[in-house]
Amino acid sequence: MRINAGDTAWVLMSAALVMFMTPGLALFYGGMVRAKNVLAMLMQNFICLGIVSVLWAVCIYSLAFHGTGRFIGNFDLAFMDHANTVPATGFGGVPIPPLSFSAFQMMFAVITPALITGAIADRMRFSAWFWFVVVWSLVVYTPVAHWVFSPAGWLFRRGALDFAGGTVVHVNAGVAALVAVIVIGRRRGWPNHPTPPHSLPLTLLGTGILWFGWFGFNAGSALGANGIAAQAFINTFFAAAAAMLGWLLFERIRGKHATTLGAASGAVAGLVAITPCAGFVGPMASIAIGFAAGAICYFAVSVKFRFGYDDALDVVGVHLVGGLLGSLLLGLFADRAFNPAVVHQGVFVNGSWELMGDQIVAVVATVVWSAVLTFVILKVLQRVIPGGLRVPEEDEQLGLDLTQHSEVGYAYDRV
Amino acid sequence: MKLIVGIIKPFKVDDVKDAIKELGVQGLTISDVQGFGRQRGHTEVYRGAEYTVDFMPKVRIEIVVDDGDVDRVVQQLLATASTGKIGDGKVWVVPVENVWRIRTGETGPDAL
Repeated sequence: MRINAGDTAWVLMSAALVMFMTPGLALFYGGMVRAKNVLAMLMQNFICLGIVSVLWAVCIYSLAFHGTGRFIGNFDLAFMDHANTVPATGFGGVPIPPLSFSAFQMMFAVITPALITGAIADRMRFSAWFWFVVVWSLVVYTPVAHWVFSPAGWLFRRGALDFAGGTVVHVNAGVAALVAVIVIGRRRGWPNHPTPPHSLPLTLLGTGILWFGWFGFNAGSALGANGIAAQAFINTFFAAAAAMLGWLLFERIRGKHATTLGAASGAVAGLVAITPCAGFVGPMASIAIGFAAGAICYFAVSVKFRFGYDDALDVVGVHLVGGLLGSLLLGLFADRAFNPAVVHQGVFVNGSWELMGDQIVAVVATVVWSAVLTFVILKVLQRVIPGGLRVPEEDEQLGLDLTQHSEVGYAYDRV
Repeated sequence: MKLIVGIIKPFKVDDVKDAIKELGVQGLTISDVQGFGRQRGHTEVYRGAEYTVDFMPKVRIEIVVDDGDVDRVVQQLLATASTGKIGDGKVWVVPVENVWRIRTGETGPDAL
């Protein structure tokens, strides 16, 4: 097997960067909840590092990335059998050790369910969350990853483009979050009782970590230390920056102050939207995509009030909407000049709607699969988990940290 | 003996403490509290959702003094804690039945 040292080093580094995003996400969300629930939020995120990686070794890697099935892979690499020598199907030409590819992809599988925690914040039983992550990773994440990321997958074969996981990660988790908040229900007192963030410094720290890690998420998806990685890297930055400005601009236009939470949310929205596009578009398109995401997601986060669903930390407004936006805008902006792998270019590049059609199919397939299965999983868990999905009302008042984990986040007054 | 209680603006604490020490008063206690009188609260905005917060942070200062010292301590408090703006706070006096010094067991004005 040919090994290119530079490519390998970059992919391994990117795997570490993406891993860092899960604690970063934990802090991002953690700062936004009330102090009595901060540990529960961190725990729901950190536990994904434990659960999904073990499942990855057991079967997710094999099912997602090995085999020629259109819908799902096979068990040939289960328990990482020969995973150090046998490459993922379709990735044999990439001059990096198969395990580096596996490690990199694993981090994506870890963070995807973690995204959902922001929506169901402050009210879910830990045991229910635990088993949700187990089942959801197996039956929702694994197939969608196979359809889009594996060259054997049916959406990949149709020509749908998704550089780093706009559909697999963001639309997937975003839809699941929407279904989850509808099934689980609102927090007591929502929307009348205010629940402002307890530590925006923590949130901004998390934002910085996410932004930093996203360079691995997007640029690492080039699977090589090359010009496409560099393009994806810089596109990622441009989109985050433009999105932050876009969000802040609309905060000011609406007559309110420019807020740190707005800046953080805007940047993340841009990062989400550029995720499917990063290695397929140019820098100016990235700025446009980012700005659009910042602006549109700014408005999208108010939709929950109109429809009455308690998406506590706006996972739907940022990840679902941002992911949909990015995946569809790719149908407008994909440009072979920036990546020879682009077969059908975007509408704005050569006027063809071919790619847009494939993007729509990919998005719809992800939405339907994730929505239906997330619903079923939650309904089953509601029956099977003692006590159901939610904590009792008194526990919700006392806070999850104490009632679910016997811990207190900030024991400042103790001597 | 009397307990003098003052609710004052937090940034005035150092000025008040220094002024009270100059009077020869031996000790005082402060605690962080929240409150409102005629001063309105403030509005916070998080992702477009507005929250009106009525309470303002204040500091509660408590000093136990001998009856003869009440007037000059109260006047000093009023003078140093004032900014002339709404929200300056209030001072009140309550009677104290007895006081003990924990270390020595002294009681009454000797314990002050």
